[in-house]
Amino acid sequence: MTIGLKPGKKTIAVRKGKKYRSYEAQKALWGFAYVLPWLIGFISFFLLPLFTSLRYSLSKVEMKEGGVNVTFVGFRNFVEAFTVHTSFNRTLVESVSNMAVNVPLIVVFSLFVAVILNQKFKGRAFTRAVFFLPVILASGIIANLESSSLIEAVQAERAGSRFLNIMTSFELERMMLEMGVDETIVLYLTGAVNRIYEIISQSGVQILIFLAGIQSIPSSMYEVAIIEGATGYEAFWKITFPLVSPLILVNVIYTIIDHFSSNAMTDLIRETALRNFNFGLSSAMAWVYFAAIGIILIVCSWLISRRVFYQE
Amino acid sequence: MRERLEMYMRSGRKWLWPAARTILLTGLSFVILYPIVKKISLAVRAKSDLYSPIVVWIPQNFSLENFRYAIEMMDYWKTLLNTALLCLMTTVLTLVSCCLAGYGFARLKFKGSNLLFAGVILTILVPPTTVFIPVYLNLKDFTLMGLIPLFTGKPVNLMDSFWPFVLTSITGNSFKSGLFIFIFRQFFRGIPRELEEAAYVDGATVTRTFTGIMLPNAVPAIVTVGLFSFVWQWNDSFYTTMYLPSVKVIATQLASLPYNLSIKLTSMLGGSGKADPFYLSMVQDTGILLAMLPLIIMYIFTQRYFVESIERTGIVG
Repeated sequence: MTIGLKPGKKTIAVRKGKKYRSYEAQKALWGFAYVLPWLIGFISFFLLPLFTSLRYSLSKVEMKEGGVNVTFVGFRNFVEAFTVHTSFNRTLVESVSNMAVNVPLIVVFSLFVAVILNQKFKGRAFTRAVFFLPVILASGIIANLESSSLIEAVQAERAGSRFLNIMTSFELERMMLEMGVDETIVLYLTGAVNRIYEIISQSGVQILIFLAGIQSIPSSMYEVAIIEGATGYEAFWKITFPLVSPLILVNVIYTIIDHFSSNAMTDLIRETALRNFNFGLSSAMAWVYFAAIGIILIVCSWLISRRVFYQE
Repeated sequence: MRERLEMYMRSGRKWLWPAARTILLTGLSFVILYPIVKKISLAVRAKSDLYSPIVVWIPQNFSLENFRYAIEMMDYWKTLLNTALLCLMTTVLTLVSCCLAGYGFARLKFKGSNLLFAGVILTILVPPTTVFIPVYLNLKDFTLMGLIPLFTGKPVNLMDSFWPFVLTSITGNSFKSGLFIFIFRQFFRGIPRELEEAAYVDGATVTRTFTGIMLPNAVPAIVTVGLFSFVWQWNDSFYTTMYLPSVKVIATQLASLPYNLSIKLTSMLGGSGKADPFYLSMVQDTGILLAMLPLIIMYIFTQRYFVESIERTGIVG
């Protein structure tokens, strides 16, 4: 790199005939300039609010003419959230356990689908387009309203005997129980089958990430494996899986943070602030929620990153 | 005997997996497409078909009444225009700021740039709910670091205007911007260094290298981020209900559609009785369909960037 640059730098300096920064210094300066808009936003819309929010969570916040009145009250808001508020504990446990149930399902499912979508078959482009459709349609308000659609629930009940039975899994449940599989596992798996739409609709981006990862594996590795006599199954566990394992971590984290955008906890926090104007309590709730998520993120990253295989 | 069995198995393996795969993919595609098809089928039927036991998919009496109600209730065209403007604006601004920041973090290293990038990761990891109250209060009495009161004497209220979106997206701190910066950084890291050096040897400045060489190569990443940004803004109700409580955008209109309609229908019934909840739900489904429609049209044009050239979008570093 230096070989190519040094003469260039001199000629420019001579030709322009004025003081000239070295290319590296120039790059550093421009780098800062490029990052500057983000940095301003980061400080004013993230860092300062983060500290303010922490301060609010420890204070009583009152709206008054021309600003807010903040008085320090210690941990009273946290105590109120845990002991006085009627639904905080339940909502927190529910949304965290929901996440804990869904994350493994979504990650395994999206890896599976990505592997299949990477194979060559007729109509692959169309199938891929269909599978990425949830990225577009199943986010935010549309997904929220869909899950509460009365008419579809009732129609599903009414038409249940005819065609929607495909989507439930009584037979599967019975079969597995009779085979002697543990009941919790059976209920977990059949629950997943029953919620297949929910899972598919939340795994669009994850499929995208896995697919990109699989496509970046050099095909020569598979060729070698086939020559050596490996089956497709072995190739998956010995090549694909280790090489996409860093992305499993990425996807676990993405799935966890994806739950932020809409769940019962988020709604509760927002209601407390914007409807009841109890900013202190709302901030305290938000910090408890953040702490819970943070612990989960740290534990997950720690558990997974020990098993992740890096090429370097 | 064993040899025959093996032969059968080998010939079986050839079609067994493709067959299983076809069934599986067809089933899953059905699960994805089912709600959309169902909505279309619901949207074009008349109210009388709602309780008809013989109507499952194809309505007996076609009717566009649902569309008429949904369009009227949501003030659809005006809402559509508002939302499109908002999304287009935030998308463009987010693209500019995130692309610049991503390139800065990827290639133009300066002292402390890694520390700042840790800040980007932090913005991804902290739930927006944790910081939204101070941001909200800040924008409600906006002072621009104490500058505005110097001129007007009092802070301005930015609620119910597009300014909160402009300010957060031009500074790369809008909804999920951290993720976009991350995608751009990973993408630019993947572009060969030789390209940049060649440009430098030819006398290009940093800016020229960026606009002339990096940006044209970054089209897949730009399309990916642009689509994500647009779609997530379109469907977002968290920020729109917060910043735009009375401006009509798709997300908020959709949420209040059944409520508005029930008021209208009840008053049409003469104040007595309640509007049929199933019918409300049917109109709401029509509304969802109307909200989805522009996104689906956009997706049809951009999906090829996802479908065939994912490895170049930079999602994976």
